Amino acid sequence: MAEDTTVDAAPDVVDDGVAVTIDGTEVRARKGELLIDAAERHGVYIPRFCYHERMRPVGMCRMCIVEVDTGRGPSLQPSCMLECTPDMVVDTTSEVTRKAQEGVLEFLLVNHPLDCPVCDKGGECPLQDQTMSNGPGESRYIEQKRHLEKPIPISDLVLLDRERCILCDRCTRFASEVAGDPLIHFLHRGNHTEVNTFPDEPFASYFSGNTVQICPVGALTATSYRFKARPWDLTQTESTCQSCSVGCRVAVQASRNEVLRILGVDVDPVNWGWLCDKGRFDFEAINSDERLAAPLVRQGDELAPAGWAQALRQAADALSGALDSGGPVSIGVLGGARLTNEDAYAWTRFAKGVLGTDNCDAQLGDGLPPEVVLGLPRATIDEVCRPGGTVVVVGPDPKEELPVLFLRLRHAVVEAGATLIEVAPARSGISDYATVTLTHRPGEVAEVVRALVGETGQSSDLGGADASAVGRARALLDQADGDVCVVLGRPSVAESADFVTDAASVLQRALPGARFLSALRRSNVHGALDMGLAPGLLPGRVRLEDSGAEFAEAWGAVPATVGLDAHGMLTAAAEGRLSVLVLLGADPLADFPDRHLAERALATVPTIVASDLFLTESSARAHVVLPAAGFAECEGTTTNLEGRVSVLGQKVTPPGTARSDWMIAAELARLMGHDLGLESPAAIWDEICTLAPSHRGVTTDLLRSTDSDAGVLVPLEREEPAPADVDSTDGVAAEDVAEAAVDQAAADDTLEAQAAEAEGVAAAAEQVAAEEAGELAEEAAADGPVEDGAEEAVASRGPATLRFDGIPAVTLAPRDAYSLRLVATRKLYDQGTGVQQSAQLAPLAPGSVLRLNRYDFERLGVEEGSVVRVASARGALRVPVVVDAGVPRGAAAVYVNQPGLAATSLVDAAAAVTEVRVETGIDS
Amino acid sequence: MARFTPENETVAREILSRYPVPKSALVPLLHLAQEQDGHVTRDAMVHIAELVGVTPAEVIGTCTFYEMFKMEPVGRYLVNVCTNISCMLMGSDALLHHAEERLGISAGDTTPDGMFTLEGVECIAACTEAPCLQVNYRYRTNVTNESFDSLVNELAAGELEDEIPPHGTLARIRQHIPADRAAGVAPPDVNRVPVWMQTAVADTESPAGSEAN
Repeated sequence: MAEDTTVDAAPDVVDDGVAVTIDGTEVRARKGELLIDAAERHGVYIPRFCYHERMRPVGMCRMCIVEVDTGRGPSLQPSCMLECTPDMVVDTTSEVTRKAQEGVLEFLLVNHPLDCPVCDKGGECPLQDQTMSNGPGESRYIEQKRHLEKPIPISDLVLLDRERCILCDRCTRFASEVAGDPLIHFLHRGNHTEVNTFPDEPFASYFSGNTVQICPVGALTATSYRFKARPWDLTQTESTCQSCSVGCRVAVQASRNEVLRILGVDVDPVNWGWLCDKGRFDFEAINSDERLAAPLVRQGDELAPAGWAQALRQAADALSGALDSGGPVSIGVLGGARLTNEDAYAWTRFAKGVLGTDNCDAQLGDGLPPEVVLGLPRATIDEVCRPGGTVVVVGPDPKEELPVLFLRLRHAVVEAGATLIEVAPARSGISDYATVTLTHRPGEVAEVVRALVGETGQSSDLGGADASAVGRARALLDQADGDVCVVLGRPSVAESADFVTDAASVLQRALPGARFLSALRRSNVHGALDMGLAPGLLPGRVRLEDSGAEFAEAWGAVPATVGLDAHGMLTAAAEGRLSVLVLLGADPLADFPDRHLAERALATVPTIVASDLFLTESSARAHVVLPAAGFAECEGTTTNLEGRVSVLGQKVTPPGTARSDWMIAAELARLMGHDLGLESPAAIWDEICTLAPSHRGVTTDLLRSTDSDAGVLVPLEREEPAPADVDSTDGVAAEDVAEAAVDQAAADDTLEAQAAEAEGVAAAAEQVAAEEAGELAEEAAADGPVEDGAEEAVASRGPATLRFDGIPAVTLAPRDAYSLRLVATRKLYDQGTGVQQSAQLAPLAPGSVLRLNRYDFERLGVEEGSVVRVASARGALRVPVVVDAGVPRGAAAVYVNQPGLAATSLVDAAAAVTEVRVETGIDS
Repeated sequence: MARFTPENETVAREILSRYPVPKSALVPLLHLAQEQDGHVTRDAMVHIAELVGVTPAEVIGTCTFYEMFKMEPVGRYLVNVCTNISCMLMGSDALLHHAEERLGISAGDTTPDGMFTLEGVECIAACTEAPCLQVNYRYRTNVTNESFDSLVNELAAGELEDEIPPHGTLARIRQHIPADRAAGVAPPDVNRVPVWMQTAVADTESPAGSEAN
């Protein structure tokens, strides 16, 4: 194994390992390493069923029994339960070992039906394989085997054939140990033991699919894959899951040009082999009949199929017409989180370099400003989940939006002694694992964060959080061992992003060493932002104002002014100031927090060009619809929430004539008389490596090297957080100046003036501080990756890279005593196309109800389950109401983007918070 | 009838308070549920899960592990006739056959009036007094066909109410431990190395440690 040399070489320096003899060869095992692991690391595979390297050993199956002599004579020991001790002598091939393993296998097969020819696992089954390699060959068992009903569904997605089960405890351990959903358990005893659920209470876990993957026999099968293929019919490619921004590595398996299965791949920094059920099962959307296979062009009220030439010509004409009549500012490009990095770069270059418009936004008003996402010192998942570390979660429910990050956080807390402090508008899936959960009133997250770090805020009651809980959380933060990490996202789309931005400012100021992990959820939103699909940005995490000149040279032109974000674009469209709106896989009607604005925008804008996989509610209103290639259909790279770039694999061809988004951008440019010179994703990536400052050195070779299986963190030289020792550095002087400016400006009335001034001063001061190191930095950057040395890394960042310098405190009007503030959150299964186009997942979307605290429930005098009218300044909805103790007093919680309820029609994107009134006595 | 009655819920909470880890109370609470309804109902398991803070699947996993917990209704009197070797040698086969005839049911069934459930069971540890049986886990030893008949008659007539309570009742006297007399065991740290392992580590490390010193 390639790993051996490095592993063995490294401990020689600090050798706390032990010498163990395995099959006559002396090897070094790490301290506390299990024998089964040490042997495997040195090329000796000991058969096993129950042992799984990501779960605690239990010694259930006894298959890994080997002959071990620890100085007291040889004895048979399960190697998964045995830590290596000095001078241990192991024989995995002795006659005694062989006989013991044969005996175990004969026993395991006593009740196993041996129905391999009709079993989905046949061909990739550890039981089958190890029966061949380590089994007795013949059984002495001639009696009747047990017969049970088969298969029984243990969830909507997973089926169980109990006869095949060998009781290895992997699935049940996974459910309780890893997922924290112990909804399957061993029932009965002895020969009657079986895995099952409580009657009528299915294994409704977001992670149930993992049990199918880790089952060492064919007992657990996925409904979507059952009887679909044999393992030897499948071909596979590695890729990165695009269901959310965690970026789990997956193996995409297909047969005859159809994706049939997704398996998790174990990469250390990200997903550890686990996937959520959405990521595992939403591949059915790829094969959906509803996929767009040919361009559509509007003819009156209808969208009619058209050829690419006609559709592209029509789109190009619309864009040219807009340029002629209203100039670049009359064009907006919305979306891009679905795209690969290369697609996003091509579109940025087309929009900003050819069309000259800076109206681009990969986020749909439900995220955070790009300088917060990209400009804060960024944390990796490993840093956030550091054993014994302290993490503050200010953001959405990770279980619903970033499920595998939830698994990692849960593991850190439950298994590795991490401390988690949650700040959220309502209890979430992670609350059970948080040491302290501080619930804040919508719009007052920054108040709670201020109290948490010990700053005095404006509110007398800590933003609605419990004072004793704040005290406990503060004590935990004070005792934090090492630097704190913050998971930062948008907890609710019914309140302005400013509050989270404000909270981030507070945390950055109060915790100078803190690193931040962005919790934006859309698949490649971080890559799209890196590639400049946001107003004022250019590829490589730089500002238009800082690096415009360089890009103008490379591209020929860049926008003259900073453009509009999603909210700005939709407002402009609704006011008739936009002529063309391009939707890059964006569905603003479903996803933009303010449905009314989105409705008016789409109704008003003269031309909509959509590139999409499906005809969504929004793209159905387009004038030109271009079918795009999606996950598993195109090559390229993607960037996860850490800023980790990984390679996407193509396994199947896109439906019909659908093509990659970069091709669409290049074609449109060509029709408008510009040759982008982009010919393949690889060529685009080369251009990105050359032009984008943050991506320098991240070459295709580096990305595709075997060491980069898990992806490459960009930039290669990491920026360091501001040093903890505040008073002794120049950099902080700059910040002080900036802060002073903020204080001074606080007298002003407009927030914009404050922000602009503070930003300007900070940038200027920082430039002075950075000039000294400037030359050195450029040299370092030119030389490529710097192996170590944080100082050089800081210096090489230079003044150009995007940086978040905090914003002044945001104020909020006092609460109206008669109203409730709306909390709008997401569920894993929603109206998104990935879920809705997957037959297995679509029924799992829970729908929405209005959730209230019991206090408000009784105050309003409503009945559980009755239908109430919820009204905001924007609109009104009828919705059933239920009690939820996790929702604080004064708040009303709904799930957005659920079937049957357009919750976003209550929200006004321009308002700081959404106040709603609940009216009872409505007939249902 | 299914979940705990308010009185029994109070008892359940008292039982829970005795254990540093709530999950330890699972078996006593299952006994309480069986005492209340004669068998462990599904709703009772859900209620126990709520009280203990585990999932119903974990409760049913524990419940089904123990044969003395009945998941289906049984008669007021559960008659367990031992069929293991000592009793078999002393005629338990004939006794069980007689019992089936007397009660008019096969082993494993319950009489239509809901009074008796008959079971053949493995050794109940009264081999010196074989053949033996239990009624609701109260012993009858050296059982003959005649003594079995009179036992059934007395049970049916309600003459043994004092000695043999209905199925599910372990004892008529309930244990109450006031808070000030509780053992006061602190919750163990789940990640802690077991004491014996700590000692073992200390033993192996001490020579090296002394060298370093």
